[in-house]
Amino acid sequence: MLNIALPKGRLGEHVYDLFEQAGFPCPSIRNPGRRLIFENEEAGVRYFWVKPSDVTVYVERGAADIGVAGRDILLEYEPDVYELCDLGIGKCRMAVAAPRDFRDDMRRTLRVATKFRHVAETYYAARGREIDIIHLNGSIEIAPIVGLSDVIVDIVETGSTLRENNLVVFETVFPISARLIANKSSHKFKNEAISRLVREIAGGRS
Amino acid sequence: MTENFSFTNDERIIFTLRALYTKYGYQPYRMSKFEEYDLYSRNKDFLVSEGVIAFTDTGGRLMALKPDVTLSIIKNTRDTAPDVEKLCYDENVYRSPKGASGYEEQMQIGLEQIGGVDLCGVSEVLWLAAESLASLSGDFVLDVSHLGLASAALSPLRQGDATRTALLKCVADKNLHGIAEIARDNPLPDGMAERLCALVEASGKPADALPRIRALADELGTPEAADQLETVLSVFEDTPYADAIRIDTSVTGDMNYYNDIVFRGFLREVAEPVLSGGQYDMLMKRMHRSDRAIGFAVYLDRLERLDETRPEADADVLLLYPPKTPPKDVHRAVSALIAEGKTVFAASHGAGRLTFRERAELIDGEVITRV
Repeated sequence: MLNIALPKGRLGEHVYDLFEQAGFPCPSIRNPGRRLIFENEEAGVRYFWVKPSDVTVYVERGAADIGVAGRDILLEYEPDVYELCDLGIGKCRMAVAAPRDFRDDMRRTLRVATKFRHVAETYYAARGREIDIIHLNGSIEIAPIVGLSDVIVDIVETGSTLRENNLVVFETVFPISARLIANKSSHKFKNEAISRLVREIAGGRS
Repeated sequence: MTENFSFTNDERIIFTLRALYTKYGYQPYRMSKFEEYDLYSRNKDFLVSEGVIAFTDTGGRLMALKPDVTLSIIKNTRDTAPDVEKLCYDENVYRSPKGASGYEEQMQIGLEQIGGVDLCGVSEVLWLAAESLASLSGDFVLDVSHLGLASAALSPLRQGDATRTALLKCVADKNLHGIAEIARDNPLPDGMAERLCALVEASGKPADALPRIRALADELGTPEAADQLETVLSVFEDTPYADAIRIDTSVTGDMNYYNDIVFRGFLREVAEPVLSGGQYDMLMKRMHRSDRAIGFAVYLDRLERLDETRPEADADVLLLYPPKTPPKDVHRAVSALIAEGKTVFAASHGAGRLTFRERAELIDGEVITRV
């Protein structure tokens, strides 16, 4: 039985479509109700919906053999997993954004509001820029408007939320897309099923 | 009877593995819990976790609770090459767990060969790694690689270069698209990305992977890497462990410390690698030693849930005695039951939530069993 952690939401539904086409169907997942776990014994597969940022935890700890996580989550938490395939979906970018009139004053510590502490620290450390991380869990865009921070480091999809809050992107930190990840131990002991899935998905995308 | 459960999982594993290692001549090595902090601060990249518990001892020296065993062993042994020292240990280390605050005490058992280590010695260590895994589970995999391959593939980039570090991480993650992304965004030497992808894909059972490894090693100008892999893995041919051995080039390590053969062990029942090891001649050099070394550690904290069986009862007999019973009567009754091979919990009232196969009462010096 291959245990697969899918991120809840539209991305997860899209990923399930890919997996179904690759020969790992589980029709009951189309009518979820309030259930979170779905199993198709015949196809040897069990799916579960989890919070997108938790997918790596399920996979790294072996509760799921494989899962799908954004590159943002992988770079933030650096889980000890194999990253087997770029699914090429869920595309967006990690960016530094600020009010249009922002100018970086190098005489001061840069105040950075973000959910992605590790990503922001790594990005600015590589530039030798001293920063003060302000860790927030949501509504990051408000921070520079109310004077809590100078810039934000956050995911930008279409940019409409930024525009509505009078913010603009100053730098792209890295592009993001959904990645198929595997638990290292599962990759040894369920190698045939995992390799078949990767092969089918890679074949379907070429 | 419940005596099968009188050893904890950790104790059983330690006894089994220590007996295995001593059969091959490895000498048990005991060391202090404390070590001078300077040893770790000079080699902090070698440590698995960043945090070290440091304190000033009564003599004013800055000391640390040891976060690693290998560094202490190197420090406390002498260069005896071409002779070889074979040492085994079971020791607690003190580390900061990944993604969490605070420290953990973790028990490790492992072995080291230090001095004139030759390919027979390397093979022996790999064999003992496989034997260790087999003693823990009927279903294990030992992944083996040769760091000389990744080192040669990355050699145009200098150690410490950010692109080199990112590419090595891609190899460790089997991340082919990551290699392509880096190649797209950075000017890499001709053919480097292709050779790294070929390295990632040259994994599998030795019979399948070795021809690809050999072709790649020849292309990289390091044929000795393929020779060494083939030689050290030959001990597994026609043995019960042959099917459990894989060449897996995603096994890497910090090349400031590790070189040549590196390996990692997995059990079906455990989500993380439970054994890790390799040759660390580079670490020896950093510690001003010219001899060679190889070793591995088994992580007992990851084996905690390996044995999920619970005893049917906490003890065989709950012996209840009236509050004013003379101690010698209780002692005599308990001793008699133990002499029958039973485990006994004696109490005047009860034993909380513990469970027993039988209940007995001590009445007028006589044991009356009430099942």
